[in-house]
Amino acid sequence: MKYLEEFRDEQQVKKLLDEIHKIVTREWHIMEICGGQTHSLVKNGILNLLPGNIIMIHGPGCPVCVTPIGMIDRAVELALKKDVILCSFGDMVRVPGSEMSLLKAKAMGADVRIVYSPLDALKIAADHSDREVVFFAVGFETTAPANALSVVQAKKADIHNYSILTSHVLVPPAMEAILSDEETRIHGFLAAGHVCTIMGSEEYEPISNKYKVPIIITGFEPVDLLHGIKSCVRQLEKGTYLLDNQYKRVVKHEGNKEAKSIIYEIFEIGDREWRGIGMIPSSGYQVRKEYSAFDAMRKFAIKVAEGKENPECMAGQVLKGLKKPHECPLFGNICTPSNPQGAPMVSSEGSCAAYYHFGYESVQKN
Amino acid sequence: MPELDFEIVTLGHGSGGKLTNDLLDKGVFNLFENDALQQRHDGAFLDLEGKIAFTTDSFVVNPIFFPGGNIGELAVNGTVNDLAMCGAVPKYISLGLIIEEGMKMDDLWEVLAGVKVSADKVGVQIVTGDTKVVEKGKGDQIFINTTGIGVVHPDVDFRMERIEAGDKVIISGPLAAHGMAIMSVREGLTFESDILSDTRPLNGMTSALLEKFGRDIKLLRDPTRGGVATVLNEIAKSGKVGVELTEKHFPINKQVSAACEMLGLDPLYVANEGIFLAVVNNDIAESFLTIIKTFDYGKEASIVGEVIAEHPGKVFMKSTIGGRRVVGMMAGEQLPRIC
Repeated sequence: MKYLEEFRDEQQVKKLLDEIHKIVTREWHIMEICGGQTHSLVKNGILNLLPGNIIMIHGPGCPVCVTPIGMIDRAVELALKKDVILCSFGDMVRVPGSEMSLLKAKAMGADVRIVYSPLDALKIAADHSDREVVFFAVGFETTAPANALSVVQAKKADIHNYSILTSHVLVPPAMEAILSDEETRIHGFLAAGHVCTIMGSEEYEPISNKYKVPIIITGFEPVDLLHGIKSCVRQLEKGTYLLDNQYKRVVKHEGNKEAKSIIYEIFEIGDREWRGIGMIPSSGYQVRKEYSAFDAMRKFAIKVAEGKENPECMAGQVLKGLKKPHECPLFGNICTPSNPQGAPMVSSEGSCAAYYHFGYESVQKN
Repeated sequence: MPELDFEIVTLGHGSGGKLTNDLLDKGVFNLFENDALQQRHDGAFLDLEGKIAFTTDSFVVNPIFFPGGNIGELAVNGTVNDLAMCGAVPKYISLGLIIEEGMKMDDLWEVLAGVKVSADKVGVQIVTGDTKVVEKGKGDQIFINTTGIGVVHPDVDFRMERIEAGDKVIISGPLAAHGMAIMSVREGLTFESDILSDTRPLNGMTSALLEKFGRDIKLLRDPTRGGVATVLNEIAKSGKVGVELTEKHFPINKQVSAACEMLGLDPLYVANEGIFLAVVNNDIAESFLTIIKTFDYGKEASIVGEVIAEHPGKVFMKSTIGGRRVVGMMAGEQLPRIC
């Protein structure tokens, strides 16, 4: 597969690892932002090939994981309405709310359908004009253009029975929230290539300057990640803190202008609660007033109440990189992917789920 | 296709009265004609000798027609393969149909033709069966149950405790085709591809391999729902051994691999309907591979792993880049109703 196999090349990986081993002289804590990066590090067994003094901290970049429990409750509430078809990404349906997950609501008779794109949900709306179709629009900047596009197309095609329940989060404010937390000890970041493909690398320059941390934009394959780690360690050893785009085959400085313009047509920036972290100002998208008719929050007059969380769950500390998943007392016994207690166990891209799935033996240093 | 007065299946076709008789006489009995069926008894009288394998499976796949097959073919091949995994020659199959009112007769015949073609290919007979019709909305066109009986090869000795360090794990063909074929046509998930389900009978291959290698084959399993990873975890756990796999030795079709990438699925957990895993004595592994590759369905067979004494109950994977990870049981559910 072009653009994939060359980034999984064993010789390249070996060469990069050798170089990293050579340049590192002390302990560095590097956070990979995105769940996709975490997944790849664990799946490919990279963590235990790295030098012992490079500690990878797994960031909050899993949209399913950080969707607040209160939002899931609202989605469940909507799904249980007789005239509603609730469409969702597959991962989201398993996430337990305060009372139940969407999957359980489905078992109780709710019409919950898994789709891969909001445009599929829009098609369902066009085919079922007598029902209300709600798409549970979660995600980072990556899924925002498609979600926005579905609203644009719904308006254009006069499809009035379609709306989106939005729980969109943004990466840069979350990075700032983590860096501002006095407890955190993060020396550098691997920023998520897919988010930067949409938004461009330009959003990250101010952060690396303000907090004096190197930020490396990477892809998701082993060679991508190791290039990123090498660049980050090199900067840390030298004491520089530059933004470095190691994913130039995809990410442009200004991002994807068309995608951004469609996002801003439909969404505006607002405060957003992150599961496990709490409220972060200006960290999410909400539907603009002009498009209220397509905003499930307004259409169904939804109010988000606080959800019930397991008090022993260490999700917040895991998401901020203060604890490793297996250091949580619930990990692997009470809390498993089939019965997740906290955000990062929920999606396969969450760090707890990655540790559980691939065995935390695989990620512990030898 | 027989001439019938109805375009769709009605509740009357499952009532046991005239309509049921018409359906059975003109359709089912003619199609599957054999001595046991001709007796028109409540059950079949069968002659069998030796050790018998007995298995049952229900099929609820959605959609019932999918790239590479239909629910009828799947229902025969699935049960045939369960018998093959017991080291048995499939002999007789029962066919239980639960049909939803309103199913198109044309579709029903196409499904039954799938049953017929698959059964004939393997040489199994449909010797007994049942037809029920449920109200519209209480089913999903058609559900099928097949139960199968086969005669076990005299050399079969499949026991987990015989599996020991040094044994090799062999896969008979490329993985994840069935699951991805179904996924490509599911409402809301459709994507364009030429991926076909791998539904096919495996008994020809397994019989020949047992004839040649006998007791040196320690286990045969077909990795259907839950995929290869689930079966290997079961082997590791009940055999109290570790298993170490090598990622780059796994055969996989390029399109299947690309579709898995796109949807974020690990092919090790995707369902298969036409491959098997064999655990064999290390001494015969290479010649097992040579023989299996002479079969059409075994051309891409590969030695994918080894049984190890360390880490009992765990399955490890050496990744393409030289890392190592644990391959766990399936976390959460894959797409439901895949078979």
